[in-house]
Amino acid sequence: MSERTYNFAYLDEQTKRMIRRALLKAVAIPGYQVPFASREMPMPYGWGTGGVQVTAAVLGPDDMLKVIDQGADDTTNAVSIRKFFAKTAGVRTTTHTEEATVIQTRHRVPEQKLTEAQILVYQVPIPEPLRFLEPRETETRRMHALAEYGVMHVKLYEDIAHHGHISTAYAYPVCVADRYVMDPSPTPKFDNPKMDNCAALQLFGAGREKRIYAIPPYTKVVSLDFEDHPFERYRHDAACALCGATDSYLDEVIIDDRGGRMFVCSDSDYCERRRESAPPAPQPAGTDASHA
Amino acid sequence: MYVAAKGGERAIENAHRWLAHERRGDRTVPDLTLAQIAEQLTLGVDRVMNEGSLYDRELAALAIKQARGDLIEAIFLLRAYRTTLPRFGMSEPIDTGAMLAVRRVSATFKDLPGGQVLGPTFDYTHRLLDPELCAHVPEKPVRARAETTQMPRVTDLLSQDDLVERAPQAAADAPVGDLTQEPLSFPADRDVRLQNLARGDEGFLLALGYSTQRGYGRNHPFAGEIRIGEVEVWFQPEEVGFAVPLGHLTVTECQMITQFRGTETEPPRFTRGYGLGFGQCERKAMSMALVDRALRARELGEDVVAPAQDEEFVLSHSDNVQATGFVEHLKLPHYVDFQAELGLVRRMRAEFEAAPQTEIREAAE
Repeated sequence: MSERTYNFAYLDEQTKRMIRRALLKAVAIPGYQVPFASREMPMPYGWGTGGVQVTAAVLGPDDMLKVIDQGADDTTNAVSIRKFFAKTAGVRTTTHTEEATVIQTRHRVPEQKLTEAQILVYQVPIPEPLRFLEPRETETRRMHALAEYGVMHVKLYEDIAHHGHISTAYAYPVCVADRYVMDPSPTPKFDNPKMDNCAALQLFGAGREKRIYAIPPYTKVVSLDFEDHPFERYRHDAACALCGATDSYLDEVIIDDRGGRMFVCSDSDYCERRRESAPPAPQPAGTDASHA
Repeated sequence: MYVAAKGGERAIENAHRWLAHERRGDRTVPDLTLAQIAEQLTLGVDRVMNEGSLYDRELAALAIKQARGDLIEAIFLLRAYRTTLPRFGMSEPIDTGAMLAVRRVSATFKDLPGGQVLGPTFDYTHRLLDPELCAHVPEKPVRARAETTQMPRVTDLLSQDDLVERAPQAAADAPVGDLTQEPLSFPADRDVRLQNLARGDEGFLLALGYSTQRGYGRNHPFAGEIRIGEVEVWFQPEEVGFAVPLGHLTVTECQMITQFRGTETEPPRFTRGYGLGFGQCERKAMSMALVDRALRARELGEDVVAPAQDEEFVLSHSDNVQATGFVEHLKLPHYVDFQAELGLVRRMRAEFEAAPQTEIREAAE
């Protein structure tokens, strides 16, 4: 086997054109899932192949790439994907949200407000918001075509009837541009409001399921709810133990075997920036969980 | 103290170095050569070429070596390489009727033109471990004569009097589906279904085929014919205008024959299920043929009642590279989602504990 060099950002230009066509269609029909001929990538399905293909298709040599997983730049899969593009595209990479032109993410939207100069690429495992209510693709495509979303409202209603509130904590369904119900990918519902009227272009890639969808800049994104049970954000009722932030989404870290735990920002860049700009006010470890 | 999983980059590097070390194993044991794998683990190589969708024994052997013998990992390596290769175009359909067969058996006729040829098969061996293989005794090669007699396909013999449906003939210039270039959509045509099955996981197809035999979508199959051998691949380059031979492939073909009771407009006749794969892959080809036939339920007006007949279920879950990726992605961090769920469960538990006792009693009644 001879040594071969790969094309810029790994994918061949023909494949990138195919993906860009799907992206254009996705932008033209916000929230609609566009089928695309997803390729095998050198990382496994379910590990971000959709996001990687979208990033490869939009990335140019002048771009500055940031990759996060669970909000953090240093989680192993984020490191792996960032290195992949540093190697195959030679693009500059960063961990600073505001410096990045393309941000690939798994499960989080950065805390810092995004700008028109940025693209946020989401990795999506199951793009179909109706999948767990109706397993058949033929059926769900028809339901989307007819905007027949009754089952989703029934599901949310049943949650309220059983539990007193909607028991969906992440991948909380949204309605995009008053038309398509869309899965925001498994981001905690805390992040849903950030998708609404966002200045950045938001692209979603599901490699294994071969679907691409998009939210164009400044598009209306509404989390499904009821008048008497409005959508609620959730975050642990605590301040970050490292930077003191009270507005960021928190990770719970178990620190000993006696029930001790602390809360820290899930967005590692946000947390670091706050600590750099302000003297830290660390909280004693072992803050108890409480509820919003 | 706060110890997050920092230093992911170094951790990954070290893990990969360790992996490479483990892959090599005991340094006093000679390193496996690709030729050894290709020549002596032939059927493993065949499977990797099949499900990896790339006919290249050397690369498949390399993939097996690199994957430490994990065939699904090897298939994945081959796929990820294949997807970067330029595409010249489509070859002419291979002619399995003109195959130089090393094996050809039919379960439906005792004798037939061309005869039954057992070939190199595990069938009728006694599955007793052979201690002689432990010692490095040089084995004498056996000689075999290549079968050059004409072997018409059993299904072609039967279709002459319309007892078996004729093989569907596509127009010569009809486009052939390719699910590596176009996303799978439903309902899927038979060409795409067959491609999906040919790339599909052998174990998955085996279980599905087996389920049809046990009554989940039963259609009374007979192994009309199984043949293994070399076929020539022809390709017509646009600038030349006529087809030229590219080389040889070894393939396994299975034609299952199943009952069909007929409809108001169609007389009763036998129908076919088709299986084809690279190399010697009899189990796969037979399973594929059973599942292909089961998936024709809609076309033949049969009730779709069993998993093997359910096109979406079968085609969406047959690919082991997709399946293994998604199952194994569960080991990736899910902190933020878990935190969200944890918050929800805590809240629901707090509400549960705060609920007045009467309500709980009422609910219990």
